[in-house]
Amino acid sequence: MATVYVDNKACEMNPEENLLHGCLSHGFKLPYFCWHPALGSVGACRQCAVKQFKDDKDSQGKIVMSCMTPAAEGTRISIADPEVVAFRAGIIEGLMLNHPHDCPVCDEGGECHLQDMTVMTGHDYRRYEFEKRTFRNQDLGPLVNHEMNRCIQCYRCVRYYRDYAGGRDLNAFASRDQVFFGRSEDGVLENEFSGNLVEICPTGVFTDKTLKHHYARKWDQQFAPSVCVHCALGCNTDAGERYGSLRRIVNRYNHEINGYFLCDRGRFGYEFVNSEARLRQSVLKDRPTSAAAARQYLDQTVANGRVIGIGSPRASLESNFALRTLVGPDHFYSGIADHEAKLVGLMLEILRRGPMRTPTLRDIEESDVVLILGEDLTNVAPRMALSVRQSVRQQPMEAVKKLKVPLWLDHGVRDAMQDARGPLYIATPYRTRLDEVATATFRAAPDDLARFGFAIAHALDSSAPISHETSQDWLMAAAIARALKAAKKPLVISGTSCASEAVIQAAANVAMAANTALSFTAPECNTIGAALMGGNSLSAAFQAVKDGEADTVIILENDLYRRAPQAEVDSMLKAATHVIALDHLPNPTTEKAELLLPAGTFAESDGTFISSEGRVQRFLQVSAPQNEVMASWRWLKPDHWQSLDDVLRAMAKALPELDAACDAAPSSKFRIAGAKIPRSPLRESGRTAALVNINISEPKTPDDPDSALSFSMEGTPDQPPAALIPFFWSPNWNSIQAVNTYQKEVGGPLRGGDAGVRLFEPAPRNGQAYFSAIPRAFSPRQGAWLLVPMYHIFGSDELSLAAPGIRELATKPHVAVNSDEFAEGAEVEVNCAAGTFRLPVMIHREMPVGVAALSVGLSPLVGIQWPTWGKIARAK
Amino acid sequence: MLSILRTIWYVFLHSFQKRITVQYPEQKPYLAPRYRGRIILSRDPDGGERCVACNLCAVACPVGCIALQATEDKNGRRYPEFFRINFSRCIFCGYCEEACPTYAIQLTPDFEIGEFHRKNLVYEKEDLLINGPGKHPGYNFWQIAGVKIGGKDKGEAAHEAAPVDVHTLLP
Ligand code: SF4
Ligand code: SF4
Ligand code: SF4
Ligand code: SF4
Ligand code: FES
Repeated sequence: MATVYVDNKACEMNPEENLLHGCLSHGFKLPYFCWHPALGSVGACRQCAVKQFKDDKDSQGKIVMSCMTPAAEGTRISIADPEVVAFRAGIIEGLMLNHPHDCPVCDEGGECHLQDMTVMTGHDYRRYEFEKRTFRNQDLGPLVNHEMNRCIQCYRCVRYYRDYAGGRDLNAFASRDQVFFGRSEDGVLENEFSGNLVEICPTGVFTDKTLKHHYARKWDQQFAPSVCVHCALGCNTDAGERYGSLRRIVNRYNHEINGYFLCDRGRFGYEFVNSEARLRQSVLKDRPTSAAAARQYLDQTVANGRVIGIGSPRASLESNFALRTLVGPDHFYSGIADHEAKLVGLMLEILRRGPMRTPTLRDIEESDVVLILGEDLTNVAPRMALSVRQSVRQQPMEAVKKLKVPLWLDHGVRDAMQDARGPLYIATPYRTRLDEVATATFRAAPDDLARFGFAIAHALDSSAPISHETSQDWLMAAAIARALKAAKKPLVISGTSCASEAVIQAAANVAMAANTALSFTAPECNTIGAALMGGNSLSAAFQAVKDGEADTVIILENDLYRRAPQAEVDSMLKAATHVIALDHLPNPTTEKAELLLPAGTFAESDGTFISSEGRVQRFLQVSAPQNEVMASWRWLKPDHWQSLDDVLRAMAKALPELDAACDAAPSSKFRIAGAKIPRSPLRESGRTAALVNINISEPKTPDDPDSALSFSMEGTPDQPPAALIPFFWSPNWNSIQAVNTYQKEVGGPLRGGDAGVRLFEPAPRNGQAYFSAIPRAFSPRQGAWLLVPMYHIFGSDELSLAAPGIRELATKPHVAVNSDEFAEGAEVEVNCAAGTFRLPVMIHREMPVGVAALSVGLSPLVGIQWPTWGKIARAK
Repeated sequence: MLSILRTIWYVFLHSFQKRITVQYPEQKPYLAPRYRGRIILSRDPDGGERCVACNLCAVACPVGCIALQATEDKNGRRYPEFFRINFSRCIFCGYCEEACPTYAIQLTPDFEIGEFHRKNLVYEKEDLLINGPGKHPGYNFWQIAGVKIGGKDKGEAAHEAAPVDVHTLLP
């Protein structure tokens, strides 16, 4: 630590950082624009000026940019010096010259960093009366709105979009005081992380277009800490509500996981919650019915029938557990598709057995050599792809360190690095978005990917098994092995997307042989949790009904047609006397239900998910329920469970491995100085008007028996524990940049530790054996194709597909092959065990011959058991 | 005895003084235009709804008796989808008027809004919106703001230069 004197006050600062970072970490109100903890310093805006003095005798001093000056030992600076105060006021007046008179109609208003900085510098009167520069806006697609007049030319957007996220289609155009930030022409932003522009841009140039359609100010939204439901990574979010509808998702900083950024599916997928089609009332035999009648029918049916329950990988642990309790552990069936359950089971076995550590996203970002085996990360675990993109900077960064360039000095670092990239190897059946930063790619059928993995493991440790058939990929495998061996923080990533156990085993062998971290992706937000909950296989459930062992099926938040072939589901649902389903949105399964119960989404219920990292995390209800929609576990729970705490306690007792769920967040009894944590900002408006059209007497604030949060603005003003932060705000910092004041050190962990409890810590190395079932080399079959799944960030996720913005961007279902037989875009018929599908074909020259990839999860391509063989023929 | 006589004398004198009792309601008192009574929403000089649904009045209101929801027409002009004031809570402090950046919300010299039922004191936009600009005849927020709306393109607001040609690099 270095001692820096700020206005003669001695402060301990991190000497590896700059003065702005140090001052903000100490809570000084120093205005800034272009600097961002994740992007570093460029010194573009001149807003962060301070006065620096040579020594304690120097009274003259000189003005420097705090973001460009290291926090070196003994530095003396002043923030309050009148000259530098006037300098900063002058800078903001300059930035505001052309600024439009837009705050009242600007979506950033009330959470605008520019507003905050303007107030902080005391610029409250416009002297400039001449013409203002104007720009035309662009249509950037359904997710991000563009209002270019509000730009202050800080360059954060392009630095984030191009340098950090690897986007290409956003740039700075024109020159001098007319610089324009946008695309070369109107069109959807191509990058999958474009939504972060909304938070990165300190002004209202880039705003959330989905929010615009039902706009509410930040101060008017009621927030709750949530966990993203659109993939298994479990990024932390805050969800905002107003007048009973969900308005938006913002990033909830978690140093270990998502940091400052979310993917677009996670940020904009929330709109399914507001869907017109939502189930909001119980339906019994196609007639709407009351909650009480529905509950009674449920109890009666359960008491009289032979009941089985089918859980779900997208429902919370609590809901799965409530169902398991209702039907009894022996009659509880996992809702995961059979082929997937096998893969996830294998992954869990590997993680439990060790010795590999499952890394956090931050670990992934800091890895210096990465091998991806079988995963198209951008489309399966999007946020992880963004982390891997940063990992390729690690090795060049070492060289930069040797040149003594401070790592926060962004342009210096990039100049020193040029195009250098650290090793990233990607082995998948088809091309991926990350290929552009990869050192080398390898395209093969899943079995060959596995063989490749086994070969790498063998090259690292000759005791790891290898097949005796030789392969021409041996050289590349050896090169990867060398890189992994030389690495300081190596990482192997694999998962379920190749639908191959061999690929997962091969990845485990490599990770074990090279002693690397091992990250597995999983398909859904609680796949890991559902797998840990256990239960018999889905096909066993079908069998039980078919055999007449069961006549009543309770299906929890699960569209079975996405899990098993249509014919099988049809016959099972037909054979059952009573079908009871709980879900958010109507789907083919709920259509067949005799009793349908409206289940709360993440916004209307409390619960716990386990991410693919093995992190147990809690999400909380955003607003008090206004109709019969409630958490599935509330529908299913026994009477003596009163609150979430009771469910968690019962679960910990029945399933000791899941007792970490109790610690995922403080219990409902938690208080800060006797007070609950407010869900609403202090300035929430309209409390005595919002509901008076219904009833002139304002209702009492609803209680929340399940969490330590209150449904109002009343409560503690202090910072809550990370798992309970509903929104980031502190005096003078109304924008999302307020997160600075919640961290131990800006850009570091949250004060009091980050949210979530890790389930798997590395077991010691104690002779865990290598996997040895090496598959035979793939050989294409005459007249048949090996069908493998191909995931799409927009389209493969069931829930986000019901959000209008995401649906608009969703990929059209298609089949990708490498073949001269078909013309690009031609209609073909794919015939496999799951049925015959008519699809357009895309020619992927990089793919192995004999393998075809099908868009997964997009109707009609659901319910397929991967991998499978099929025929492809030109459509008649 | 003497004091009684003096009192009677004063009463007698008083009957010759100017009367100050006002015969309300037959006779209406004069209230200055800036009197803080019933709240209205005014219109632009060109007749459009003035309120841009910015929520500043609502947040300034110390009793929280204003609730509204913003929406936009197809040309980008923002307006309140609903706008509700609960006059049974309003304390007529005038903070909303102070906060309003468009002069849309104004307090008027009308105080005769008594009701037998509280629920009749809930005014919706239809009840609040008047047909003119109220106390601020000339002001039109949209002519000053930078966003484009129907009938006003970029560069057409007050003190605005024509939009930049972003395809040129000429100095
Ligand atoms: S960007 Fe900020 S300062 Fe500018 S109009 Fe929007 S809210 Fe106001
Ligand atoms: S658009 Fe926003 S982030 Fe980009 S330069 Fe302008 S103000 Fe900065
Ligand atoms: S990466 Fe996954 S968890 Fe994170 S925001 Fe995207 S969909 Fe959600
Ligand atoms: S402050 Fe004025 S413009 Fe804003 S919402 Fe209230 S009435 Fe409308
Ligand atoms: S923040 Fe330092 S110059 Fe912009």
